[in-house]
Amino acid sequence: MLSRLSRAGIQALSRARPAGPRSISLSLASVLRAATPFAVLRSAAAWLSLRSGWQTLVTSRSNGVGAISSYMIHAGRNFFCSCTNATDGDNNNKLEAKISVTFVDKDGEEKLVKVPIGMSMLEAAHENDIELEGACEGSLACSTCHVIVTDVNYYNKMEDPVDEENDMLDLAFGLTETSRLGCQVIASPELDGIRLALPAATRNFAVDGYVAKPH
Amino acid sequence: MVLGLRILSRAVGELRPLLVHGPTRGFSASASEPLHVCVVGSGPAGFYTAEKMLKGHEGAQVDIIDRLPTPFGLVRSGVAPDHPETKIVVNQFSRVAANDRCSFFGNVTLGRDISLPELRKTYHVVVLAYGAESDRSLGIPGEDLKRIHSAREFVWWYNGHPDMCDLSPDFRNTESAVVLGQGNVALDVARILLRCKTELATTDISDYALDALRGSTIRKVYLVGRRGPVQAACTAKELREILGLKNVRVCIKEADLVTSPADEEEIRNSRIQRRVYELLSKAASAHKDNNYKDQKELHFVFFRRPTRFITSENGSKVGAVQLEKTALKGDEVTGKQVAVGTGKFEELKCGLVLKSIGYKSLPVQGLPFDKTRGVVPNLRGRVLSCESETATVETGLYVVGWLKRGPTGIVATNLHCAEETVEDLKNSPNSYTVSVIMVASILEDDKKGVLRPPSNSEKHGRPGLLEILEQKNVRFVPFSGWEKIDSKEKMAGQPRNKPREKITTWDGLLEAANV
Repeated sequence: MLSRLSRAGIQALSRARPAGPRSISLSLASVLRAATPFAVLRSAAAWLSLRSGWQTLVTSRSNGVGAISSYMIHAGRNFFCSCTNATDGDNNNKLEAKISVTFVDKDGEEKLVKVPIGMSMLEAAHENDIELEGACEGSLACSTCHVIVTDVNYYNKMEDPVDEENDMLDLAFGLTETSRLGCQVIASPELDGIRLALPAATRNFAVDGYVAKPH
Repeated sequence: MVLGLRILSRAVGELRPLLVHGPTRGFSASASEPLHVCVVGSGPAGFYTAEKMLKGHEGAQVDIIDRLPTPFGLVRSGVAPDHPETKIVVNQFSRVAANDRCSFFGNVTLGRDISLPELRKTYHVVVLAYGAESDRSLGIPGEDLKRIHSAREFVWWYNGHPDMCDLSPDFRNTESAVVLGQGNVALDVARILLRCKTELATTDISDYALDALRGSTIRKVYLVGRRGPVQAACTAKELREILGLKNVRVCIKEADLVTSPADEEEIRNSRIQRRVYELLSKAASAHKDNNYKDQKELHFVFFRRPTRFITSENGSKVGAVQLEKTALKGDEVTGKQVAVGTGKFEELKCGLVLKSIGYKSLPVQGLPFDKTRGVVPNLRGRVLSCESETATVETGLYVVGWLKRGPTGIVATNLHCAEETVEDLKNSPNSYTVSVIMVASILEDDKKGVLRPPSNSEKHGRPGLLEILEQKNVRFVPFSGWEKIDSKEKMAGQPRNKPREKITTWDGLLEAANV
């Protein structure tokens, strides 16, 4: 329930496509409004890990999403969770919960990274130097962050892609039945252990970028 | 072919670590010496190539030249003003231009300011990425009548391209416009004609275009395609958008939606075609019962091809398009369905025609060119001296993007075109076929010592280019010059609530760049 709450919020934010600098500054404003101490600390950590001022500016939207989702989880725990599974003690040791994600690159090389809950896989890839392109920076206007969920069980745990994501997946190179856009896959507890493969060019010789059997 | 594929995938396997991790020790004796690369064209193909070269070779020094003072090619002059998210990629391209080993030279025209042979003497590697700046023509009577424009000209016009600022299309004397073609560019121009002007007022559309559109009397737009809804070349996102336009009634004939077994097979084999067909079917039934008086109308006209343009009463302007009904027939060679005429004709009255039937590349002196296909003959990106079997590879000359593949595909298609290695595939109009090795070819050739043989005279790279440009008195625009243009445009846009107010003349751009 917690993850769905944050996911709903994030999907709503993701769907609000940016229209240039104004919306980036709007996102920044909403980030500031939502800032809690650990969200600010996390955003600061993200800021420091980025290489250039430009990257900071343009990924601030997705950072904003991460910060807001962290806030919502925090809010969720306080107001909605009367269950005993998650205790405050769990959070005392780290700033926030993380899941394990393995990225498999085009050569088959694997990299295991820790992704904070609420962060998109695209952002996680960039923070860990994984070569995942993100031409439109999470605006659902390209297909360059295309990833393949290697285990269909994890694919089924996610909610179906919305029309806008499917429109972009149509154009993705090396599309498969378990393909998603990395900017739309948000880390949540049930995705712990997920493996995401980057599409490999040489396996595919298909017309229209589509290889697997029709679905 | 299979053997070729195997050899290729082995070659790719060797090259991939190179692309991912960069050159390792023992890569080549000349790794420490710079590899001088010139990329002609600063659109997505050019910038992705520059990016992959910089990543893949420590010694690469990349110069990007463009005939315009502004970089980014069609991202600036082709992507529609109401699609700002598609333009976000310029952030990534700007980071490439900011790399120490990369320099941008705007206002430098290949052929005029510097010749191809001069470039090949100055650089180890020349990559042609200058796209397609001309149009396919229909070749039918009346094509040169007034009020008939190519979509490329129209798009350049509303996007403020300095070559088209004086186009002055007339929207005041007619209520009907015909767009020939049903690809995404056709949808773009139809949408700009039909979109509510207050929505356009907060985009980066050029100011004169916004003024002209505000006075437009065009109420009906016809999108005419030779084949059926199953073969429509547009994609789901753009179709969904135009079908949802405010105050626009969509007209699609139910009879056109009937599918043949061959159509069903096409739908089964292509996810894109299936989703496009479903959208069109839904739209046909959704709008059937609504009565929109004085509303704007968008008509999808299928199975019609234009055979002549008919003048209006005054004689020099177009007044109607003669259309011939078509039927689909399987082509034995390609296996695709092609449109053939049935001999039944009709006329469609209109006062404006936009031809959106495809772009075409222009040849350049000293460059082998396939006039039929409108591309540069190449093998895996390496330019060939001609199309025949006895062709030789032109050392150090490569081609990427639309100039290589033909003018189809999106921004992201250039990513793979620049990066990856697959066998050369025959292009079909709708495919996002990945053409062949770009950077992988270049790196492979460098490793083999092809690009820098000891006997070869020295290449001077950037200093050499600067010397030539100085001799010819060329006022080139560096990336910092573009940044000046950029910030002036953004400032001018602010009071009008636009992301930018584009500077649309050559003089204006060069002045703003302070050169």
